[in-house]
Amino acid sequence: MLFLFFGGVAAWVARDYPMGSAVRMGPGYFPLVLGVLLALLGLAACIRGLGIKGEHIESVRFRPLLLILGSVGVFATAIEHAGIIATTILTVVGAAAASPESRPREVIVLVIVLLALAVGVFTYALGLPFKLMPG
Amino acid sequence: MELLSNLQLGFEVALTLQNVLYCFLGVLLGTLIGVLPGIGPVATIAMLLPATFALPPVSALIMLAGIYYGAQYGGSTTAILVNLPGEASSVVTCLDGHAMAQQGRAGAALAIAALGSFFAGTVATVVLAIAAPPLAELALRFGPAEYFSLMVLGLVAAVVLARGSLLKAMGMILLGLLIGLVGADVNTGQFRYTFGLPNLADGIGFVVVAMGIYGFGHIIANLEHPDERKTGIAPIGSLFPTTADLKASWGAVLRGTGLGSALGILPGGGALLASFAAYALEKKIAKDPSRFGKGAIEGVAGPESANNAGAQTSFIPVLTLGLPTNPVMALMVGAMMIHGIAPGPQVMTERPELFWGMVASMWVGNLFLVLLNLPLIGIWVKLLSVPYRLLYPAILLFSCIGVYSLNNSAVDVGLALLFGLLGYLFIKLDCEPAPLLIALVLGPMMEENLRRAMTLSRGDPTVFVTRPLSLGLLIVAAALLIMVILPAVRKKREEAFRE
Repeated sequence: MLFLFFGGVAAWVARDYPMGSAVRMGPGYFPLVLGVLLALLGLAACIRGLGIKGEHIESVRFRPLLLILGSVGVFATAIEHAGIIATTILTVVGAAAASPESRPREVIVLVIVLLALAVGVFTYALGLPFKLMPG
Repeated sequence: MELLSNLQLGFEVALTLQNVLYCFLGVLLGTLIGVLPGIGPVATIAMLLPATFALPPVSALIMLAGIYYGAQYGGSTTAILVNLPGEASSVVTCLDGHAMAQQGRAGAALAIAALGSFFAGTVATVVLAIAAPPLAELALRFGPAEYFSLMVLGLVAAVVLARGSLLKAMGMILLGLLIGLVGADVNTGQFRYTFGLPNLADGIGFVVVAMGIYGFGHIIANLEHPDERKTGIAPIGSLFPTTADLKASWGAVLRGTGLGSALGILPGGGALLASFAAYALEKKIAKDPSRFGKGAIEGVAGPESANNAGAQTSFIPVLTLGLPTNPVMALMVGAMMIHGIAPGPQVMTERPELFWGMVASMWVGNLFLVLLNLPLIGIWVKLLSVPYRLLYPAILLFSCIGVYSLNNSAVDVGLALLFGLLGYLFIKLDCEPAPLLIALVLGPMMEENLRRAMTLSRGDPTVFVTRPLSLGLLIVAAALLIMVILPAVRKKREEAFRE
C-alpha cells in the first residue's frame, strides 16, 4: 500500500516505452530498459507492501500542502504579467497563511522587508529582468 | 615539488581580493543556513546559482563550495545549544553536544567542534591536493566503457549508502535516471517524455528538481510540525576547553578526520554519512561507552571533524572524474556546466587556476570559519531566536525567484511546484531523495557513454568486461551489491543507520 505509489509511477512510465525499441541504441533503448526495471521494482515493492500490514503513513495536513504549493503556483502565473511587486505580496501572504503561527502584523513587516529585497537586490543590483508594475 | 607550485598557484587565485570576498560570503552564508534548522545547503546553493551568473567561474565555485562546508560548522552550533540539528550531518552532535550544554559546558563543546573541524578541513584540503592529480590522470585514460562502469559503481554505492529501504533507494535511482531522460535525445534529437510541451525539450533542469524537493517539499513537511525551537537556548559558558577536554578529544579528532576523508570520497558518502560513522566508531572504541549521550566530548569531536572532512573530500570525485557523489556535488556539477566548464579530469589540466584556486580557497574558508564561529558565536545564537514562521515565506520567495531567473521561465517554477509535491510525498513515504538527484545528473552521461561504448564495440556488450579497468569497476559494484543483499551485512547496515 505504501509502495503502491511507486508501482503506479513505474507502470505509468513503462507504458510510455513504445518510443522506438531499436536494439542498436536508438533513442528508445535506454528508456525502455529503465522503464521495465522500474516497473518490476514497483511490482516487487507492491508485493512486499501487501505482505507488511499496519505500516501506516503519518496523516497528511492539507493546509500547508495546498497553500505552499498554491503560492508557488501564484508566483509562476503572476511573475510575467503582474510584475515583481504584486507577485511578491501575493506569494508571501499566501505562504504565510500556511502556518497557523503566523501573525498579521509580522506578515506585513515581512512583506515590506522582502519587497525591498526583491526590488532592491534582485531587480536592481543583480539586474534580473523583472517588471515592477503590471502591464 | 609540483604540489607546492600548484598550491602556490591556487593561493594566488584564492587570495585575490575578489575571491577572498566571495569565499567569505560563501562561508558566512553557509554558517547562517547551517545554524538555521529547516534550510540546508542544497536549497541555498540552488537559490544562489542564478546570482552567480555574473561572476567569473572561479569566484562562483569558491562561494558555492564555501556554503557547503560552512554549513557543517554552523550545524554544530544549533545542535549543541538547542538540541536540534541545524544540518542533517549534525544529528549525532546533538546527543553529546547538548548533554554537555546542559552541564554548562556548551562553550567547550563549541570550541572543540570548531577546532576539530578546522583541523579536519586543513587535512582534507591536503588530501584533496594530493589525491586528485593521480586520480585525474587515471581518469584521462577512461574510455566510454570505463565511464559507464564508473557510473554504475556510483549508483550502486548511492543505493548501498542511502538510508532506509534498499528497494526504495533503487526505485529512486531509476526514477532519477528516467527524469534525466526527459527532453531531446542527444544523438537523434527525438523528443522523449516531453508530452508535447516545448519547454521540456531541453530536459528538466537539475536546479528545478533540487529546489522542488529540498526547498518546497521540506517547507511543507516542516510546517506540519509546530516550531520546535521553544526549548530555550543553553548558555554558552567559557569557550576554553579544559586540558582534560583537549586530551580526550584529540584522538577522536584524528579518527574523525581520517574516517571522514575516506567516506567523503565514496559515492553516496559525504558529510552526513561521515558524521554517523564517526560517532559509531567513537562509541565502539571508547573504554566506557555508557558515557556517550551524557556529554562525552569525543562524541562531539569525532563527528564534527568527520563531517567537515567528508564535505571537503567529496569534491575529489567531482573535480577529477566529474562524478557527483551527493546532491550538493550534483549541484556543483550543474554550476560548473552553467559556467561553461565540463566537469571531469580535463578541468585540472585545462583550468588549473580553477582547480587549485578552489582547493586553496577551502583552506582560507576554514580559517574564516573558525573566526566566524568562535568569537562571533553570540550573533549566531541570536539568529536562532528568529522563528520559522518568519523564515519560510522568505525562503519560498527567494526560491521562486531563483528558479525563475535560471531561464526566465515561469514554466520552470511550475515544474518545481510539481517536484515540491513529489518531494513532500518522498518525505511522507520515507524515501531518501539523494539517490534520485545523483541519478538525475548521471543519467544523461550514462546513456551517452553506454551508446558510445556500444558504437565503438559495434554492438558487442562484452566490451564492459574485457577492458580491465571497466571490469574492475563493475566487479567492485557487483561486490557491493552482493554484500548488502546478504542478510548478515544487511542487518549490520540497518543497525549502523539506527544509531
